[in-house]
Amino acid sequence: MIEIIGLNKSFGENQVLRNIDVVFEEGKSNLLIGASGSGKTTLCKCTVGLHQPDTGTISYNGRIFNQMSHNEKKEIRREIGFLFQGSALFDYMTVEENVMFPIKMFSNLTTKEAKKRVDFCLERVDLKGVNKLMPSELSGGMKKRVGIARAISAKPKYLFCDEPNSGLDPQTSILIDNLIKEITHEYKMTTVVITHDMNSVLEIGEHISFIYKGDMLWDGTNKEVLDTTSTELTDFVYASSFMKELKRMNG
Amino acid sequence: MLKILQQIGEYTIFISKVFRRPEKWRIYFQMFIQELWTLGIGSIGIILIISGFMGMVITIQTASQIDSGWIPAYLVGYTTRQSMILEFSPTMLALILSGKIGSNIASELGSMRISEQIDALEIMGINSANYLVLPKITALMVIMPFLVVLSMFIGIFFGYVICETVGVITPSDYIYGIQYDFRPFDIVYALIKAVLFAYIITSVSSFYGYFASGSALEVGKSSTQAVVYSSIVVLIFNYILTQMLLI
Ligand SMILES: Nc1ncnc2c1ncn2[C@@H]1O[C@H](COP(=O)(O)OP(=O)(O)OP(=O)(O)O)[C@@H](O)[C@H]1O
Ligand SMILES: [Mg+2]
Repeated sequence: MIEIIGLNKSFGENQVLRNIDVVFEEGKSNLLIGASGSGKTTLCKCTVGLHQPDTGTISYNGRIFNQMSHNEKKEIRREIGFLFQGSALFDYMTVEENVMFPIKMFSNLTTKEAKKRVDFCLERVDLKGVNKLMPSELSGGMKKRVGIARAISAKPKYLFCDEPNSGLDPQTSILIDNLIKEITHEYKMTTVVITHDMNSVLEIGEHISFIYKGDMLWDGTNKEVLDTTSTELTDFVYASSFMKELKRMNG
Repeated sequence: MLKILQQIGEYTIFISKVFRRPEKWRIYFQMFIQELWTLGIGSIGIILIISGFMGMVITIQTASQIDSGWIPAYLVGYTTRQSMILEFSPTMLALILSGKIGSNIASELGSMRISEQIDALEIMGINSANYLVLPKITALMVIMPFLVVLSMFIGIFFGYVICETVGVITPSDYIYGIQYDFRPFDIVYALIKAVLFAYIITSVSSFYGYFASGSALEVGKSSTQAVVYSSIVVLIFNYILTQMLLI
């Protein structure tokens, strides 16, 4: 479980996050939704310490991140898997080396065991036979999936995915969503997924937090999100004509 | 001025992050070997070309300058040797490599920064400065003395080739000249410079690349800065060392 209390963050004059309180629950896929530029990525980066928040406390299973020593922070970070919005694959390494990197760095598996783990992770994101390719030889969606494989290869306790299914076709998108949900349950991870995609929201949103222009406006489940009374959230949820139609049919 | 002091401060903090114990020695060592290859072996071509031409030009120029009866011809060989050992091989080479290696390092690290690869390392709990930069600094510091010695040999050898082919002075005068009044300390002085300059080139250009921000355009800028500042710092320390060691 990750608990964030009273988090503020500005870049210069631009206050990006205002007084954010949110809990990401263990063993559930926690979704972070909101319009482009609302501060979702910034919130995740503050949570893992890539950005220094101006105020606020962040605790990982009760351990307060801001008060930790350098070494304790390092320990926590080894338990974090992070998929960047732009994948951030190491471009001088092959796909296999990318996925193997966290394993090689932090575990004592033999090369053979590590390779097996890599194949397993790549298979789970539905990628086969790309082990020896360089990231520059992959499509955008393939990079995303390699990014996910790398994020989960060292069996993290906390998993952050910044738009895991942007750039994927609907089928692969659902596959990835279900993969994230499955491994979250399987390994009792605390998973945070940033998404714009209403499909994902309805499919895997066990706990949904809605950010609007830097404020945390709403949280609830995917059952509740359709019946929301918040106008900002309604606008977000029923933006597409498909969702509008759905609403009309349900009355 | 204030900005320079601030940058020196940031550089110091950066370097204190770089010089830590590597996470895994085996991985550090792999990267070290790789950098030896790219930074060191990859520079041999340009070193051969430049040193060879430089040796030839120095020999011809010196010969044409002292083309009068009462200065002994062997001084041409002597001058070529001294110029190569004292100044050309360590310093000019460092300036040329700060162009080649400096821009290379800065753009590599800069593009890793803007594509969030450095953040990806940090998130895994890896000291990215140490992981990425220490192998570069140590590898060039190790290989630079060899490159400098190679450059000396090539320069002096091509001076000899000029004597054989163009015949500005006789080869035997040249051979006598390059052995005349040889002080081993000059080599030591050159090697000290080589190691120091290797450190300057790699650390300064890593600094500019590592803290690049924004777009690909910024990466280009930081790689230019890397070359300019590492060259300036090389020249400053060249002056300081020369005064300390040769006077
Ligand atoms: N490093 C930075 N420096 C300055 N401003 C930043 C930085 N990163 C983000 N911002 C600003 O913070 C705001 C929120 O950005 P953020 O990336 O968190 O949005 P987001 O919700 O992830 O949007 P998207 O869905 O498009 O990815 C934006 O206004 C952006 O300009
Ligand atoms: Mg984002």
